Amino acid sequence: MRTLQQIFAVTWLNFLNLSHRVASSSVAVVGVAAVVLVFAAVLSMAKGFERTMTLAGSEDTAIIIRSGSTSELASGLSNEQVLIVETAPGVLRDGDQAVVSAELYVLVDIRKKSNDSEANVPFRGVGPRAFDVRDSTGLTEGRMFEPGKNELVVGRAAQSEFEGLDLGTSIKFGRTAWTVVGVFEADGGVAESEVWTDIRVLQGAYRRGNSFQTVRVRLDDRDSLAGLEEALKNDPRLDVDVYSERQFYSSQAQGTSTFIRVLGYPITFLMAIGAVFGALNSMYSSVSARGKEIATLRALGFGPISVLVSTMIESTLLALIGGLLGGAIAFLAFNGFQVSTLSNASFSQVVFDFAVTADLLAQGIVTALIIGLIGGFLPALRAARLPVAQALREL
Amino acid sequence: MSEALARLKGVSRVYQKGKERVEVLHELDLMIPNGDFLAIMGPSGSGKTTLLNLLGGLDKPTGGTVTVGGAELSSMSNNQLSKWRSTHVGFVFQFYNLLPVLTAQKNVELPLLLTNFSGKERAERAAIALDIVGLSDRAKHRPRELSGGEEQRVAIARAVVSDPTLLLCDEPTGDLDRETAEEILKLLQILNREHGKTIVMVTHDPQAAEYASRTLHVDKGKLESRAAA
Repeated sequence: MRTLQQIFAVTWLNFLNLSHRVASSSVAVVGVAAVVLVFAAVLSMAKGFERTMTLAGSEDTAIIIRSGSTSELASGLSNEQVLIVETAPGVLRDGDQAVVSAELYVLVDIRKKSNDSEANVPFRGVGPRAFDVRDSTGLTEGRMFEPGKNELVVGRAAQSEFEGLDLGTSIKFGRTAWTVVGVFEADGGVAESEVWTDIRVLQGAYRRGNSFQTVRVRLDDRDSLAGLEEALKNDPRLDVDVYSERQFYSSQAQGTSTFIRVLGYPITFLMAIGAVFGALNSMYSSVSARGKEIATLRALGFGPISVLVSTMIESTLLALIGGLLGGAIAFLAFNGFQVSTLSNASFSQVVFDFAVTADLLAQGIVTALIIGLIGGFLPALRAARLPVAQALREL
Repeated sequence: MSEALARLKGVSRVYQKGKERVEVLHELDLMIPNGDFLAIMGPSGSGKTTLLNLLGGLDKPTGGTVTVGGAELSSMSNNQLSKWRSTHVGFVFQFYNLLPVLTAQKNVELPLLLTNFSGKERAERAAIALDIVGLSDRAKHRPRELSGGEEQRVAIARAVVSDPTLLLCDEPTGDLDRETAEEILKLLQILNREHGKTIVMVTHDPQAAEYASRTLHVDKGKLESRAAA
């Protein structure tokens, strides 16, 4: 009890005269804030990318792709194969029509609004049921393209990130001109980074004959995936892999988000080492500024433990302030900040928001506290071991 | 003479400065009876403050034993010494060593944080101590709002608030003008005579030493006794 009272008293005294040590204390605060800022900013990219990719993924939709293809671009399916898939068990039917969308996409160059550079944008040919096989996806402006016409509907994210995709404008891909007639949203998912047209028109414009890359099918039940997979795998006319859309997208997201993480953690670690030295420096100068006070308290009978613990508390609290500051800046500056990047699985641009999530902030704060504890320990030890008689004489 | 409060037997204190060995105190023997007011004089570097620090458990001898109030300080750990200091000894420093962020009252209360007294009891005792040194009206002032003499009075109140038997004063008037110094010395005399405090005071000033009941001279780490004025 008395030890706690001592620790509280000495800690309180530290904070009372913190105003005399603003400059040296702010070195620690700013250092830790920078670490947490960079940590949260870099990893919020990975989080945001993952979120965008998995948001697109539904458990109610299956993607059928040529066996062994790691991306849609590398896949190829014939018209006959698509027809077989349409009649497979587990596929949702609307009357006598299967709810499926056989699709094909190519990459087109469109200028980014942000830095005027050309970027690969997925230009997807879709069937009339394209919105029905995707969750929370629908037109929000304009109308759907008419079959057989060079008309486009564009994703909301693509529209805000790339040039020339405003409603009613005409844009040229290669030698063909296309008119934007509608805008669709997909709840922030990856589809919003795309530009769509009628699959038949796209096949003609890009001389793809009657070929497709993927078939998206709406399952009649979430549990039908296994049955569908079994039926398709056992059909000798087909050589395909079957994924739920969520599985497919999260595997696509993995490469890029792992890349960002592999970059993010070492940067954070190196910066954290720097911040530990910043904290050490601040706390050593705090201990030396408080030398007279510490020696006096020790002479009065305050124990070394209270001095040690109070110094650790000071450094940890300074680090916490830094952590909160860095986290707050990261949140205000980066959360929802829209960017696009090349997805290394699809070689196309994915537009996503930085996501400074609660668990990222928590990780950042924990990092800050660790920096504070490590940075405070040696100075605290010095304070506790201060030779009282000598310190009193020097003052 | 009454029984011994403090006893130093064959006490040596050697400092190692690099390769050089500096002996500050050399096999020193000293007995301080209960109720004594002892002045210790001597030139700079003679070992006066070291002697005071040994008596207060702020330093440990490299040879011999230091016993105060029955406790052998030389064999105690740093933690034990901290606890011992909080109840048995009060320090008065040349430059007062008050904490600038605290009021006079709170400065005086500091040593009581090491006791089981409640906040109310601490405030009461600090008020009594401030009354003894004649500074009741300055309780709410911070050190920078006080004169040097007043600061030293607050420091003395802090030294006596937990009612220790031994007061150790290191040049308590070294930073004060003659008139103020006399007031402080008279206060120490009162504490010695009326409150029964045993006082050991290190000083350069022969006039200050005259307030003590006896004076010892330390030179080159050894004691030589002279009769008090």
